[in-house]
Amino acid sequence: MRRVLIMVFLFVSVAPVTVAEPVSGSAFLSEETRAMQEDTFANPGMEMVEHGRMLFHKPDEEGHACADCHGEEGWLMDKSRLAGYPRYSEYLERPVTLQQQANVCWEEQMDNFPYVYDCKELVALESYLKFLARGETIHVRSDGPVKPFYEAGKRLYHARFGQLDMACVHCHDQHQGQRLRAQTLSQGQINGFPVFRLSTGRITSLHRRFSECLASFRSEPFLPGSDEYINLELYLGVRSNGLKIETPAVRE
Amino acid sequence: MLLPFTVAVAAGEPYLDWRVENAAINSPLGGLQGNPSRGRELVIARNKGNCLACHQLPIAEEPFHGTVGPSLVGLASRLSEGEIRLRVVDEKQLNPQTVMPGYYRDPATLNQVAEAYRGRTLLSAQEVEDIVAYLASLK
Repeated sequence: MRRVLIMVFLFVSVAPVTVAEPVSGSAFLSEETRAMQEDTFANPGMEMVEHGRMLFHKPDEEGHACADCHGEEGWLMDKSRLAGYPRYSEYLERPVTLQQQANVCWEEQMDNFPYVYDCKELVALESYLKFLARGETIHVRSDGPVKPFYEAGKRLYHARFGQLDMACVHCHDQHQGQRLRAQTLSQGQINGFPVFRLSTGRITSLHRRFSECLASFRSEPFLPGSDEYINLELYLGVRSNGLKIETPAVRE
Repeated sequence: MLLPFTVAVAAGEPYLDWRVENAAINSPLGGLQGNPSRGRELVIARNKGNCLACHQLPIAEEPFHGTVGPSLVGLASRLSEGEIRLRVVDEKQLNPQTVMPGYYRDPATLNQVAEAYRGRTLLSAQEVEDIVAYLASLK
C-alpha cells in the first residue's frame, strides 16, 4: 500500500497542470448560441453595449463627454490598447482594469463623482469599449511593475476556498472539457466578458462571475473592484493572451 | 419522494475525529450505522452529496452523470468499505491536488467559508455513513 501511495504522490506532483492552447468559452457552446453571439441583432448583450454607447456620447453636467476626447464611436481610440487591460497605471502605481480607467477619466479628467465598481454605468461602458475592440487580440502584460500583482492573482487562482475547498485551477485547468453533469467545463477564459447569460437573462461582469464561482464553493466572495479580483483579472488576462475579444459573448 | 434530510443535520453537531489506517478509515464515524437506501438519495441530491455532478453511478433515472471523476459503478468490487469511507471523508489524504471535496474534513482546515456554513462539515457523520453504506453495496 505504501508503494501505491508513493506512486500516487509521484503522479500528482509530476502531472503537468498547464493549458497548452487557450480556447475561447464560445468553443464550448451549442451551434445556436454561438450563432446568436455572432449576430449583433440577435445578441441580447447588445442592449448593454448600446447603453454604454449612449453614455459614451452623453455630456456630463459641464457638457463634456467621453467622445469629446476619444472621438465619435471612439474612432480616436487605439482598439488594440483596449485589449491590453488590466495594464499598469503610472498614475495609480498599480494595474487598473478598463472599468477603473474609465472611472479615472470620469473623475480626474471630467471632474465628476466616481462610479461604484461594477455599477450598470461602468459595466455598460466596459461592454461598449470591448465591443469596439471585438476581434482584437488580448495581450496583457505580466512583467515589469505588474509582476507582483500578477503573482498574487496566480496564487489566488490556485488557492482553495470555501466549504467545498476548491480552487479555480481544478475546474478550468485540471478538468476542462469534462462534464459537470450536463455542463462542459470551459477553460475559464475571459475574452468574452462582460457576457450575457441566457440562464439568468442578464449581463454578468467578470467580477460578478468570480463571486458566483466562490459562492458555489460556499465561500465568502470578495468585493467587485477589490485588489483580489483585480489581481485575478490580471492573471486571467495573461492566461487569455492570444484569444480575440468577443464581447458581448453569450453563455448558456 | 422528498426525504426529510434536515433530520440528520443537527446544526452545530460536534465534529468527530477519524483516523487513517492503511489508506482506509475502518471504523464508522461515531460508530454510526449507515442506511444504503438513504445513501442513494444523498448521492443524487444536489445540495448534499451531489456525487452525480462528477461521477457515473448505476442510477439510470437521473440523466447526465458527470465525467470529472472516475466511474463509481462496481466500486465495492475494487475498494473495501474502509477505503471508500476515506475517499468520501477526505480524498485529499490520498491525492493532495484533487478537486474532490472532503465531505467530513475538519472544518478548521477550510479557507474563507461563507458564514452560513462556517464550522460545519459538508455532510453530517450520519450522512457520510449512509453514502458509504450505499457505495459499499455497489458490487
